[in-house]
Amino acid sequence: MAYIAAIDQGTTSSRCIVFDQAGGIVSVAQREHRQIFPKPGWVEHDASEIWTNVQAVVRDALSHASLSLGDIAAFGITNQRETTVVWDKATGEPVHNAIVWQDTRTDALIRQLGDQDRFRERSGLPLATYFSGPKLRWLLDNVEGLRARAERGEVLFGTMDTWLIWNLTGRHVTDVTNASRTMLMNLETLDWDQELVDAMDVPHEMLPEIRSSSEVYGTYEGVPVASALGDQQAALFGQTCFEPGEGKCTYGTGAFLLINTGDQPVHSQNGLLTTVGYKIGDEPAAYALEGAVAVTGALVQWFRDKIGLISSAAEIETLARTVDDNGGAYFVPAFSGLFAPHWRSDARGVIAGLTGYISRGHLARAVLEASAWQTREVVDAMNADSGVDLTTLRVDGGMTANNLLMQFLSDVLDVPVVRPIVAETTCLGAAYAAGLAVGYWSGTEELKANWHKAAEWEPSMEPAARARGYRKWKKAVERTVGWMDEDDD
Amino acid sequence: MPGPIQSIQRAAEVLKLLAHGGAHQLSVGEIARALDLAKPTVHGILRTLQEVGFVEQEVEGGKYRLGAALFQIGTSYLDGNELRAKALNWSDTLAMRAREAVRIGVMHGKHVLVVHHVFRPDNSRQTLDTGALLPWNATALGKALVAFGDNWPDGDLQAFTRHTLDPEQLHADMNVVRDRDWAYDLHELVEGEASVAAPIRDRRGVVVGAIGISGPVERLCDSPDLPPRLELVSYVREAARSVSRELGGLSW
Repeated sequence: MAYIAAIDQGTTSSRCIVFDQAGGIVSVAQREHRQIFPKPGWVEHDASEIWTNVQAVVRDALSHASLSLGDIAAFGITNQRETTVVWDKATGEPVHNAIVWQDTRTDALIRQLGDQDRFRERSGLPLATYFSGPKLRWLLDNVEGLRARAERGEVLFGTMDTWLIWNLTGRHVTDVTNASRTMLMNLETLDWDQELVDAMDVPHEMLPEIRSSSEVYGTYEGVPVASALGDQQAALFGQTCFEPGEGKCTYGTGAFLLINTGDQPVHSQNGLLTTVGYKIGDEPAAYALEGAVAVTGALVQWFRDKIGLISSAAEIETLARTVDDNGGAYFVPAFSGLFAPHWRSDARGVIAGLTGYISRGHLARAVLEASAWQTREVVDAMNADSGVDLTTLRVDGGMTANNLLMQFLSDVLDVPVVRPIVAETTCLGAAYAAGLAVGYWSGTEELKANWHKAAEWEPSMEPAARARGYRKWKKAVERTVGWMDEDDD
Repeated sequence: MPGPIQSIQRAAEVLKLLAHGGAHQLSVGEIARALDLAKPTVHGILRTLQEVGFVEQEVEGGKYRLGAALFQIGTSYLDGNELRAKALNWSDTLAMRAREAVRIGVMHGKHVLVVHHVFRPDNSRQTLDTGALLPWNATALGKALVAFGDNWPDGDLQAFTRHTLDPEQLHADMNVVRDRDWAYDLHELVEGEASVAAPIRDRRGVVVGAIGISGPVERLCDSPDLPPRLELVSYVREAARSVSRELGGLSW
């Protein structure tokens, strides 16, 4: 019996999950890597450490299930998006730590590049520190001699998919979903856009070849490496959202709502991103609208690690259930500005509505509720852009284990919230795309048949309470913007 | 018999003080004032407690709070939400393999508290019953929990069907459960339904929960008066082992 192994190179850890043909999990292995914070707002990873960890989790996942490489039909890759690494083509050594998607060091560069919507038409993205292109530009400007070496073709650029595929197979390629997050790719041609590349002042020589999300890029120890998808696109694929109008929201460090818009890119009027959903081999690409929320699970982690009122992320629910409501407190976690639909890099977090009555239980509630209200904002934007109201929200990710949050989410959206039977949709999506490429699965219909509902939460909140809560949330959001000044670091 | 040891009494006072208010943090001076002790005495106690992990400081020279080691040895209690988070992947996989609804339970007084529920994977209409209480004596989950638990929950045992076991049969069944390391119920809670469950163990080998499936006897059993099929039992036990591994209760 053969299996598919998905490698999930995430923000805090690398994992390998082995799936069987029914999409069931056979084995899991995980290793965390260091988060490097050289300055406030800067976040880096050691790409070499990540590669070492990826090799280790592949080994561990196989040995946990007593499997050998011969049992694996293909590897699939999914990865934290936008995180940028440049390495020496000859030695394979990174020239600098990878700059992580959350990193805001390119703030000044972004302002200097001009109007926020300058590249939106071509790239689908607003100018923001989030994307890879500006991070690459920062490296070229700040690592001594790097630009000259890039022009001589001595160094290579990649997002984490590219870094892994290069190490696994020796090829310098990226997939179209990851490329769509660089701000250097043209959404229509699905190739590097000369105007964008010139505007960002990036040498063309260092860019990888853009390929589909589902094809054999090469082999690792004789096993085909057959898919790459950015983590959110992989979750869309894993939730089998193959029809226009189908979408999902994944709750991890941040939250990401993606809706399949079919074979044409839809440009947002409401602060959403236009991105590539996936591309299977030679088939036309499927596009997606994306509502990205920077901080959801990360707020719970912050509450655990920096505030110390809980010792594990799951305990937030226990603490939150010690009270019946938020006591009037609202927590807007604009730790590195606000993402969709606001896109305000000058915002910083606030806890609004504090009174002497507020206890730690109320704060725990406010922490959880922040994820739900932020989702409400992007769902509203999605409804406005598409002209069709969402009727059910498909969710996945680790936070779906939190029943209180899922119920509250259903309450504030006023639609049922549904979790599929494999919560690990990110890995599942990468496995599905790889399996399709090597013929392990026959097609998307077979994959859809694997999708089953594992849990459902129905709305039960009074409309008046919902309206009042949303009004307060919006007032709290207003209080975050404009916090940063020109002379702040 | 020697008398009470003063330094242990004082250490206990310090721990009680820190425990008062949960994640409360106190400085050496604050503790000394509260307990009416000399600062060097308190400092010495805290240093020793810190070495064994019973108290900790966020930063060197900062305030003290209760340490992680204290929670680990404290009780066999495991946060139900934590258990659900750790069990998510394996309960999903169990539901897919067995094609039945999955529940994870923990003892809550005299009842089994459902901390996690995965729907039967047939996309039929089902309602989440996380938070519901089940009788222990007529469910596989309850029997798996009590068989490996510290005590027999007191109170009269309700009979739900003519198949619900009487106390004598139940005691005998418990010995079998302990031998086999899994439990089942057949028509004992609801006529025509069966369930299978196996214990989940933490790193100390203590049973902290149970995971199981339930459904109509026609699907779970080869015949209405036979125990559930061994194939299903093996899926349940495998899931229990995987969750136990996740909790550090078993090595790979």
